[in-house]
Amino acid sequence: MSRLRSWLSRYSTVLALAAMAAALALGTDTFLTASNLLNVLRQISVNLCLSIGMTLVILSGGIDLSVGSVLALAGAVAAGLLKHGFVLPGGAVGAEVTVSGALLAGLLVGGACGGANGLAVTRFGLPPFVATLGMLSIARGLTLLWTGGFPINDLGPGFGFLGTGRVAGVPMPVWISGLLALVFFGVTRRTRWGRRLYAVGGNARAAALSGVNVAGVQLAAYVLAGALSGVAGLLAAARLDSATPSAGAGYELDSIAAVVIGGTSLSGGRGSVPGTVLGCLIIGVLNNGLVLLGVSPFWQQVIKGAVILLAAAFDRRGAEAET
Amino acid sequence: MTPSGVILEARGIAKSFGGVRALAGADIAVRRGRLNALLGENGAGKSTLMAILAGALAPDRGEIRLDGRPVRFRDPREARAAGIAIIFQELSQVPGLSIAENIFLGREPVNALGLVDPARRRREAAAWLARLEVGLDPDLPVASLRVGERQMVEIAKALSLRARVLILDEPTSALSAQEAASLFRQIRRLKEDGVGLIYITHRLDELPGLADDVTILRDGAFVAARPFAEIDRSEMIRLMVGRDLSGLYARARRAPGAEALRVEGLSLPHPRRPGEHLLQGISLSVRAGEVVGIFGLMGAGRTELLETLFGRRPASAGTAWIGGAEGLPASPRAAIRAGLALVPEDRKDDGLVLGMSIAENMGLAGLARAGGPWWLRPGRERAEARAWGERLRLKAASTRQPARQLSGGNQQKVVLAKGLATGPRVLLLDEPTRGIDLKAKREIYGLIDGWVAEGLAVLLVSSELPEILAVADRILVLCEGRLSAEFAAGEATEEALLRAAVPEGAGT
Repeated sequence: MSRLRSWLSRYSTVLALAAMAAALALGTDTFLTASNLLNVLRQISVNLCLSIGMTLVILSGGIDLSVGSVLALAGAVAAGLLKHGFVLPGGAVGAEVTVSGALLAGLLVGGACGGANGLAVTRFGLPPFVATLGMLSIARGLTLLWTGGFPINDLGPGFGFLGTGRVAGVPMPVWISGLLALVFFGVTRRTRWGRRLYAVGGNARAAALSGVNVAGVQLAAYVLAGALSGVAGLLAAARLDSATPSAGAGYELDSIAAVVIGGTSLSGGRGSVPGTVLGCLIIGVLNNGLVLLGVSPFWQQVIKGAVILLAAAFDRRGAEAET
Repeated sequence: MTPSGVILEARGIAKSFGGVRALAGADIAVRRGRLNALLGENGAGKSTLMAILAGALAPDRGEIRLDGRPVRFRDPREARAAGIAIIFQELSQVPGLSIAENIFLGREPVNALGLVDPARRRREAAAWLARLEVGLDPDLPVASLRVGERQMVEIAKALSLRARVLILDEPTSALSAQEAASLFRQIRRLKEDGVGLIYITHRLDELPGLADDVTILRDGAFVAARPFAEIDRSEMIRLMVGRDLSGLYARARRAPGAEALRVEGLSLPHPRRPGEHLLQGISLSVRAGEVVGIFGLMGAGRTELLETLFGRRPASAGTAWIGGAEGLPASPRAAIRAGLALVPEDRKDDGLVLGMSIAENMGLAGLARAGGPWWLRPGRERAEARAWGERLRLKAASTRQPARQLSGGNQQKVVLAKGLATGPRVLLLDEPTRGIDLKAKREIYGLIDGWVAEGLAVLLVSSELPEILAVADRILVLCEGRLSAEFAAGEATEEALLRAAVPEGAGT
């Protein structure tokens, strides 16, 4: 009996996803079609990129509220450079920027924002919640300054391929986010840095006394989360062929929701990237299914919140069973 | 009140957690004005039994009688209302609040308007502290206190509750000799006032003059209850362990080799009080194949010494040679590279990542030393962990088991394996057997003895005199941050060590 219970709580996310998918497959004609399923995967790809980074930060014992704003800034910087080239104030220096240059710039901007978060936490000892709350506002403000408050449109087919292209019939965002999930699954489980990440989040004091550079591990987690937000920003801009200054607003909450539903503990040291993939899938399937079933968007919010609470409650029971 | 003077009595108490049986029919009785010493190895069920008496846990079976009437406490508040107070091993205080606020938490003295009366609270708190001969300002935040001082605050709180039954769970484990002595005086006064006490301890030396009765548990079951006068030390140990444990720590003769660690003029400034030092002018040396013991009272700087050597605290002066190479490590990482390993005092906070598996914990410190690839080899890691487990006689279902689920002794073995897996020259041990039962203690010292025979150098901090006398080849005494004496193994006695450890003018 207790065996069954612990098994249930261990695989509760998989079971919940399977149950939802089964119900939608039976209840609608459209859910279980290749195009709809690929659609779901494409829709979650931006959140998946953010959530992988969020998982790293949360595993380290922190949190990153700035991912949505950093997404917008990275997308806007890449789009701006692509459209207008590299122009110094006054216009003395101007240079064309290639697509790959713009992509690199987006990644660097994301990583730099993450680095600033990481330094605020590790060097200045700010609580992660506060440090990244500051960045949430700073990055959004910088985005508005950079864009002047207007969307940057018509970014060209080369950049657009990233969002709308397909390889082997599968949309590019799905390839990219899936590949990143795989890479970071490996990084967290099979590298020394990954092991240290879990140790730092589980018990920073014990980790430090075991020779782990706690600040370095945390800093790297924030930098990676920033860079992954950059990737998300590029995907979002490429998909819409437009970088809007309000892009990604509120996305941090969806991403935290995906991480929590995926069974990662907000106190750090426990959780996994595959769990987060499941969390993103559950949110994606839920959104998709509610639309297919014609549920009002107002109710969708309520239902999504209830699912988060349920997942967290299950997770608590699982954690208690472990001890 | 029953004729025999029994205030509180528990019979046939049973309790299981999950499938694990913690108590299987435990009995204990508390009599008016008497102290009942509850003895048993770790895992014998002492703390579980006390938690049940104090209403913090509900028993599966069994009966509790208060003044002869059956009672059932639903929570600690009900037990406290019935006059039963408990001081847990793990203190339950609010660090941000002051001493006075903690003592009167939830029952603040109020004035005529029903508002909290801080002046009265402060006055009454000061009075209880004075009764314990503790000269602490009641307005100090509890967070600023040493563990021993916190313990005294907890005891002042229990006194202020005017409990009829007071349960003390290893109260002296964090106290200095003076603090312990004043606690014992206080306990004797409580007995004169008619309070019944249950006293859990591993230190049998504390019992003469204190205990009236002895209750012994083993593996969750009642073994014996006797008047203290009718039982001697070896009998107590035999009943606790279930066999005779003469020659608790056997030690092989050793011939020390080359110098493995040399420290000269090490000083550590106080982090908050400028001009004051936690350590001053410490010089010592440890040779391969030698155990050097460091004895000192609470606050003498024992842990600080090991942590400074290990690069966790920045020294202001002094240097060290580790295996002949000069330089004081700047970080634990550098210390591990230089060939030091530390087994910290606090297993759960400093030693282990409790949520990680045995294998992951054992490999953690080795990550700092291993060169080569960035990636891990989980199969090899588990194989190494299994090998360590066999060598240390670790009792665990699998190397994937989380460290959290292990008993204290087995957790300590994991911490030891983690340190030894880095291939150290010098092992720094900080109270390595605190809170571990006798059997595991003996096992751990047997293992350490084996490694020392193979050439490991050990610097051992311990506050348990019999232990340090039995294990160390040389003993240094630390007093207020300075080394005050050095003894060869044969010369040292408990009295001599204590005399050197007590600060001038403090007296015992």
